[in-house]
Amino acid sequence: MYAPEFDYYRAGSVSEAAGLLRKHPGAKLLAGGQSLIPLLKLRLAAPAAVIDIGRIRDLKGITVKDGTIRIGAMTTHAELAASAELAETCPVLAQAAAGIGDPAVRNRGTIGGNVAHADPASDLPTVLVALEARLMAEGPDGKRTLDAGGFFQGLMTTALKEHEILTAIEIPAHPKGQSSAYAKFAHPASRYAVIGVAAVITASGGKCSSARVAVGGMVPRPVRASSVERALTGQELSAESIAKAAAQVTENLGNEVLGDIFASEQYRRSVASVWVKRALTQAVGRAK
Amino acid sequence: MSTRVFGSGIRRREDPRLITGAATYTDDYTLPGMVHMVLLRSPHAHARIKRIDISRAKAAPGVVAAFTGSDIEGALNPMPCAWLVPNSNLKVAPYPCIAKDVVRYVGDIVAAVVAETPYQAADALDLITVDYQPLPAVIDPEKAKQPGAPQIHSGVENNVAFHWTVTGGDVDGAFKKADVIIKERIVQQRLIPNAMEPRSTLAHWSGASGELTLWNTTQNPHIARFLCSVVTGVPEDKLRVIATEVGGGFGSKIPAYPADFITVFCAKKLNRPVKWTESRRENFQGTTHGRDHVQDVELAATKDGKVLGVKATSYSGMGAYLSTAAPGIPTILHGLMLSGPYDIAAIKEDVYGIYSNGTPVEAYRGAGRPEATFILERMIDKLAAKLRMDPVDVRMKNFIPKFENGHTVPTGLSYDSGDYAGALKKLVEHVGYKDLRRQQAEDRKKGRYLGVGVSTYVEICGLGPSQVAGAVGFQGGLWESAIVRFHPTGKVNVFIGANPHGQGEETTFAQIVADEVGVDVNDVKIVHGDTQTTPMGWGTYGSRTTAVGGAALVMATRKIKEKAKVIAAHLLEAAVEDMDYKDGKFFVKGSPDKAKTIQDIALMANVAWNMPAGVEAGLEASSFYDPPNFTYPFGAHLAVVELDPETGQIDVRRYVAVDDCGPQINPVIVEGQVHGGVVQGIGQALWEGAVYDENGQLLTGSMLDYALPRADRLPDMEVLSTVTPSPHHPIGVKGIGEAGTIASTAAVYNAVIDALSPFGVETIRMPVTPERAFNAIQEAKAGRR
Amino acid sequence: MKFPISVTLNGRRYQREVEPRQLLVHLIRDLGGVTGTKIGCDTSQCGACTVLLDGVAVKSCTALSVQVDGASITTIEGLAVDGQLHPLQEAFWNKHGLQCGYCTPGMILAAHELLRTNPQPSDEQIRHGLEGNMCRCTGYQNIVRAVREAAAMRRKG
Repeated sequence: MYAPEFDYYRAGSVSEAAGLLRKHPGAKLLAGGQSLIPLLKLRLAAPAAVIDIGRIRDLKGITVKDGTIRIGAMTTHAELAASAELAETCPVLAQAAAGIGDPAVRNRGTIGGNVAHADPASDLPTVLVALEARLMAEGPDGKRTLDAGGFFQGLMTTALKEHEILTAIEIPAHPKGQSSAYAKFAHPASRYAVIGVAAVITASGGKCSSARVAVGGMVPRPVRASSVERALTGQELSAESIAKAAAQVTENLGNEVLGDIFASEQYRRSVASVWVKRALTQAVGRAK
Repeated sequence: MSTRVFGSGIRRREDPRLITGAATYTDDYTLPGMVHMVLLRSPHAHARIKRIDISRAKAAPGVVAAFTGSDIEGALNPMPCAWLVPNSNLKVAPYPCIAKDVVRYVGDIVAAVVAETPYQAADALDLITVDYQPLPAVIDPEKAKQPGAPQIHSGVENNVAFHWTVTGGDVDGAFKKADVIIKERIVQQRLIPNAMEPRSTLAHWSGASGELTLWNTTQNPHIARFLCSVVTGVPEDKLRVIATEVGGGFGSKIPAYPADFITVFCAKKLNRPVKWTESRRENFQGTTHGRDHVQDVELAATKDGKVLGVKATSYSGMGAYLSTAAPGIPTILHGLMLSGPYDIAAIKEDVYGIYSNGTPVEAYRGAGRPEATFILERMIDKLAAKLRMDPVDVRMKNFIPKFENGHTVPTGLSYDSGDYAGALKKLVEHVGYKDLRRQQAEDRKKGRYLGVGVSTYVEICGLGPSQVAGAVGFQGGLWESAIVRFHPTGKVNVFIGANPHGQGEETTFAQIVADEVGVDVNDVKIVHGDTQTTPMGWGTYGSRTTAVGGAALVMATRKIKEKAKVIAAHLLEAAVEDMDYKDGKFFVKGSPDKAKTIQDIALMANVAWNMPAGVEAGLEASSFYDPPNFTYPFGAHLAVVELDPETGQIDVRRYVAVDDCGPQINPVIVEGQVHGGVVQGIGQALWEGAVYDENGQLLTGSMLDYALPRADRLPDMEVLSTVTPSPHHPIGVKGIGEAGTIASTAAVYNAVIDALSPFGVETIRMPVTPERAFNAIQEAKAGRR
Repeated sequence: MKFPISVTLNGRRYQREVEPRQLLVHLIRDLGGVTGTKIGCDTSQCGACTVLLDGVAVKSCTALSVQVDGASITTIEGLAVDGQLHPLQEAFWNKHGLQCGYCTPGMILAAHELLRTNPQPSDEQIRHGLEGNMCRCTGYQNIVRAVREAAAMRRKG
């Protein structure tokens, strides 16, 4: 497979990248390339120019400060998966990152590239929605912060404006009593999420004081399972209450559930609650 | 050299080059002046080509040439079909290398572009415009046969390429006197072989001498040369095919392909070396598929579980054109094996070979035999369920009793040797079958759903007597040849016509030679895969390389030994009849101390200073071995699967194989063949299957969609064996390349049905995806079945 | 457009002007007779093209040459030092961890990555570590055994 011709520019900074984007209409940003390069090879994308932001130092790394986890957009999935800090402060993100693609893909793929690509079958968007993450963007009009909940707008579509670059993601570290987990029904060939569920649970005295659940993979953009969250909040965290709450997920899936030759829309609707239950159960099990 | 190397699991001789990256597969070759070819393939399953314009492509940067179907007319003959099954009203439809008027499957070739770099060639491909008039398409072989289905080839009514029947015994009588009749529809879904190495061809034409060298990914370089000569007109004596390193085939590298001959055409036109290598996407579309049968099966039995007869009707998809060996697979390699290891008096099968708008279908590991085994193993399990008997007991009740020298079955085949009950007995003892069933029952009470599945098989391999090949319409022989050559230093080169591509014969054949003539195994080099240096052979497929090629090798070494004995007698001034031989040494009976080694004799034979009168110089022999019969390996496999009742997901928890391929030359290699074969069969049961939409678009056209088995979804397998030598083979060996695949699909499928049985599920389509299992449970619960 | 790059391949430095669209695997295979790195799929699934980039495994069919400018690449040809096979190569040979050999270079380098990040993996971890590499011949069982043996060799030192 041979990609079509394009010009290549390597940005040393975010502002340089922004300038290059303005200068080259229709240019594509290249992060780790794990989504873009296959598209180029299949000639499904044919940009005139590619702007490589993979070397911008400011965009790399994980820091935890004052209860906030800040992750540079060019941090790789492997780095997320291997981060001891993340495992401690936000296990769902480390866990989901560890299940993306395979080790070699995780060594190149970045959280920023993944999130900006907004593939509905991707794992991290779902996780960020459950975490109520904030996404930092920089563009011609300066910097702004977007909520994960509004960032993903549909199939491969985000709230990023033209010439805007995703620079970092901020997540509140789990406070005491909070735990999280990701459950994934992976496609046997692509390993993408047929159904992915991220759950963030806060417990006190054996009861659920708050629950945030997001479902991805089966919908054009991750959705919050608010019915599940409501049903669980205030309940004892038992197998029965979890199962009962999980069953509510069908109310949150809307009328845009995806189906394909491997798993139809109907099947995904039928088993979604199982995966919600599994994410919740695992999250609860992690609670200390 | 006294250690017997036959039967020893020595490390493979081929591995050092493979583990260091030094091995050169076809795509690894670069020649001076070489240019690159890419192919434009049809995006339509069935369409008329109204107009094709390659002018912009021709003018693109780096492009050397571009060709369409009109350009090759008269230069490339149509693709031949080489298995013309008799008495079947076979209709071989024209199969042009480049489609000119009509395309018949997604992937049919419509144009070729040659450029200085592959990137430039790919760019130019985008500049070709083709005006298609789409026509209705059909993929399902049963639907394609129905009146009113799209007509794929003119003159082939209802798309029936052939209708072949096999009968044996009194079928009507068997069904009349049956207490129970079991019926089942079985769909052997279309599979995509996916050898890890994509296909590739490099053609080097020498205009001055009229000679062609073709590097080619093929399991059978001599057949490739033969067919290349037929299609391109290059005489065989000036045509050299090289396939020294081939990255797996599984049947998909048996046939000749249009792309190979288009590469030759371009090389001749341009007088430059031309290389073509398919992408994986192209491989999915353009390299042959396997299976694709829809079968209606009936089994007649008595109420105590004795099978009286089996009859079946099979609609076997051939795809858009008949690939090289395609017609023989659902017929000869399938229907003749329909009584399997069982004593079944009456057999009948009607096989319809059907053209469809799919990729051409060919042999795929097992080729016909997995389908036959599946029929029997499925039906036996259904019978057991119906009669509330244990599936193992039903099998035991129906096996052909142990035999050592021939057993004729109703289809006319004469099995060589077998002990089917022995293999199954070893299996059930090893797994602790009764305990396993007890455990299963207990787990079920706790809501854990395990399924246990058994499959027994006998396969026909070691293809085969050439006289039979001729009688069943195979357009070639099926013998093998070998040349064994001793050098003056006592080192040995062996030249074989077969072409191992992963099976390890560079090692096992060296073991045979070492054992036969008493040299160190490291002193033997096996040469294969180059038609210029190796003698004629019919290829590596059908588990025949060791069974047939190995026999040729043994016969050649025995000739060497005979000659060596004469020379040794001369050197020891003794009579030939007084000579004895042991472990590479020739000596006068009773005087082993005064011996001539095979190396001494090799030196003398090569320098020829002191030879017996009338004996030629040299120590070399060749042999052409045409087997007197096929070989019939057999075995018994067991799978344990676990069903996740909430999602329908199924995982294999345990897998045990007992196989009997006769004496094992290298048990480690035998085990490796079983591992790989079993996993391919598991793939069919649980994950793999080509899916087309109603327009004939291949929806599983990449590794993102078509699920190949991966390491993390598989358990460790337990591999055991029994040893029943073939009575007609010089060293008793039978073959093991396909056994795993033949047995495992049915074993896993039976285990799946067993796991689903508490819910009342009796049948399910393969691959058993979570959704299919989930829906089957829901439907059975709702009583809608 | 051509873009100048410099890479070190198996210890040897190369400077080239490349098209930005060139895949790393094509650069490697064109640089000078090292064709051990294979291409098996178009979609980053099969892992036949796995190489080490600054010591870390990546799929060279899903990287552009321009992206790796300045990096050091190790392919299967660079694994053996002074003709001494790497323990993983030895183990694949000892355990019959290959048949046709086409996936082997990528498989060995994927195993290298696994042992880099987890020197003493369980069988399950080995199977997961190889999830991005496909083999159609071996059923993976002897590959798992080989990786297990390589880890054991390492333990012994």
